Amino acid sequence: MKAVLRTHVGLPASVPLDSHLYVHKDLEAVKHLFMVASSLDSMIVGEPQILGQLKEAYRSAVEYRTVKVVLNRLLHKSFTVAKRVRTQTCIGSCAVSVSYAAVELARKIFGDLGGKSVLLIGAGEMAELAAEHFLRQGVRRITVANRTLERAMELAARFKADTIAFDRFLDALKSTDIVVSSTGAQEYVIDYQQVKSRMRERRNKPLFFIDIAVPRNVDPRVNQIDNVYVYDIDDLQGVIDLNREERMSQARTAEHIVDEETVKFKNWINSLSAVPTIVSVRQKAEKIRQSELRKTFSQLPDLSGRQKEAIEILTASIIKKFLHDPIVFLKKKAQRDARASYMDFTQQLFNLSEASEGLGDQDDRQDSPALPPAPPRTADGSSANPGLVREEPGTEKAKTPQAPVYAGTPGSGGYSGAGHSAGTQTGRDDSLSECEVRRSTEDQSFFSTAKK
Amino acid sequence: MQSLFLVMATICYLFGTVGYLVYLFRDRQQLHRISWTILLVGVLFHGAALIMRTVQTGHLPLTTVQEELSVFALVFVLTYLIVQIRLQLRILGSFVSPLAVVFMISSTILPSQIMIKSESFKSGWIILHVATLFFANALFALAFSLGVMYLLQESYIKRKNFGFLYERLPPLERLDSIAHYCLISGFPLMTAGLITGFAYAALVWHSPWNWDPKEILSLVTWIIYAVLVHERLTVGWRGRRAAWLSIIGFSATLLTFVVANLLLSGHHSILSGKM
Repeated sequence: MKAVLRTHVGLPASVPLDSHLYVHKDLEAVKHLFMVASSLDSMIVGEPQILGQLKEAYRSAVEYRTVKVVLNRLLHKSFTVAKRVRTQTCIGSCAVSVSYAAVELARKIFGDLGGKSVLLIGAGEMAELAAEHFLRQGVRRITVANRTLERAMELAARFKADTIAFDRFLDALKSTDIVVSSTGAQEYVIDYQQVKSRMRERRNKPLFFIDIAVPRNVDPRVNQIDNVYVYDIDDLQGVIDLNREERMSQARTAEHIVDEETVKFKNWINSLSAVPTIVSVRQKAEKIRQSELRKTFSQLPDLSGRQKEAIEILTASIIKKFLHDPIVFLKKKAQRDARASYMDFTQQLFNLSEASEGLGDQDDRQDSPALPPAPPRTADGSSANPGLVREEPGTEKAKTPQAPVYAGTPGSGGYSGAGHSAGTQTGRDDSLSECEVRRSTEDQSFFSTAKK
Repeated sequence: MQSLFLVMATICYLFGTVGYLVYLFRDRQQLHRISWTILLVGVLFHGAALIMRTVQTGHLPLTTVQEELSVFALVFVLTYLIVQIRLQLRILGSFVSPLAVVFMISSTILPSQIMIKSESFKSGWIILHVATLFFANALFALAFSLGVMYLLQESYIKRKNFGFLYERLPPLERLDSIAHYCLISGFPLMTAGLITGFAYAALVWHSPWNWDPKEILSLVTWIIYAVLVHERLTVGWRGRRAAWLSIIGFSATLLTFVVANLLLSGHHSILSGKM
């Protein structure tokens, strides 16, 4: 692990790594992965970006075919757990960073932010972060007004934004929906009259001021104007504090879900060792034998005791002989590393799903060695969701060195902890792609198409 | 049979309302779907009852205040169900269905004297008059509910004090734009309703305008909505003021109905019906 970090990320050997890494084994690892996926382990609990990073890691692992039965199921389960946590608790829906809270509020005012335009007055770091969030929400246009033009242009280049002269920003109010102000001015940059007189011109369309400057840039009285909303940094902080408490209590519910799923996974894993598999194969055969015998005996009431006994012995030995080879085979494979896939395959072959709690869904068949992936379908003939190929927002982050380096060998259960990234993204994006990934597992062409 | 169906319809509306009120607190899609379906069943019962009545009496069941309210409740719920399919604004049901129950129940409480001679309902004009006005008023009632929702959500955001409905209520602009569509589709209907009313009056009483209290109040209501629609379309009035005006407008509509039918005399009212 350390070697991987040093060679691939290029960390110098002098950097001590041990304090940043931790090792979880077996069920600990399973639970940890579930916690990470549902963002309960993140610095900002409920932050959805981590799931995207996990999916990205999984995708590349699949691409390089390092995912076998256990890991495959584990990852799919972790996506399901994340989804359960998201739908059954409101952990993802409470904003905990200032810029995220601002975006959430904007969505409560405007609904869909696509087609809205944002004006940045002042180009500080906070403004930049907010702009990033708004851009992710698909705002149509960003305009930057800053006292130093260089900085404005720098920011504009990053967000494909326009710039306007700082003293002309009031003119831009006419065609703006959201204003993010963060100048270092000591007095109000925007006052009541300036906004009031422009509302008629903008046909009273709502205007949302996000004043993240200290001291304030926007006169609080502006909030009294109809269809104008002013939130300063303290207001936003208030929203966040409210959400944080809510989030903590939700996190406990979420942890319960994670525990539940961990136990389920444990049961499945246990079913994968050779002995229970063999036992359940035998049990199934025995069950069939018994029920068939009962039917036969009830149709032939005049059989004598000896005849019945003979038939019983006959059927028992047929089954025994028939199952002999498969069982020997399974016993032989029991010591191999790949035994999980043999056991899984056997369970599917004999339809032993009751034994594994009905977990034998189609996800696992996908990458089992016995089934080569289907050739990629053409894009037009494919029923695969076109959205699959779409770049998820925030995936670039996953490739940065601080992002989780995810490594694991099948069955060994050693996973590194996922790193935390301060950025956030909308829950919606993730739950969407979650569905897509789930759906795509039914369609083998996904991983081939996703490679591009 | 009719009364049984009417009772069934009322029960359905009640259950639908309960479902929608629970939906207000618990965001379960299933809950919405069930409530919607119950309301639909209510509409079917209600519609069947009214059709039977029409067949039995040979004219539209609009001769009493009771019947009129009952038909309005039906039209209102029906309009909501359709709007719901088109717009998928699920939470709207929680605000609309209680209103429907109020109409439905008040229709059974209010007196049932004959107020309009039944032969009036054989004229095509009057059928058109009633139908357009009912649908217009149903749309205005929706705009009223949307206005209430808007004001609630607006005050949460403006005062920075987020009540428990904040999460559940849709964004302001969406509420506003749906209210807008309700208004601009309701207003032409209302205008058509008034014009056909005047035409009928001209036909029967040989004068389109008779200083009937209901006529006067209707005109006042029409003017309120005309101002609202005009301001919305030209100056871009929206938000709080528009929400208030659509609440006032619908209150005026109700006032028109109640006051003119129950208290004042004129050819729309019970007293003149007795004459």
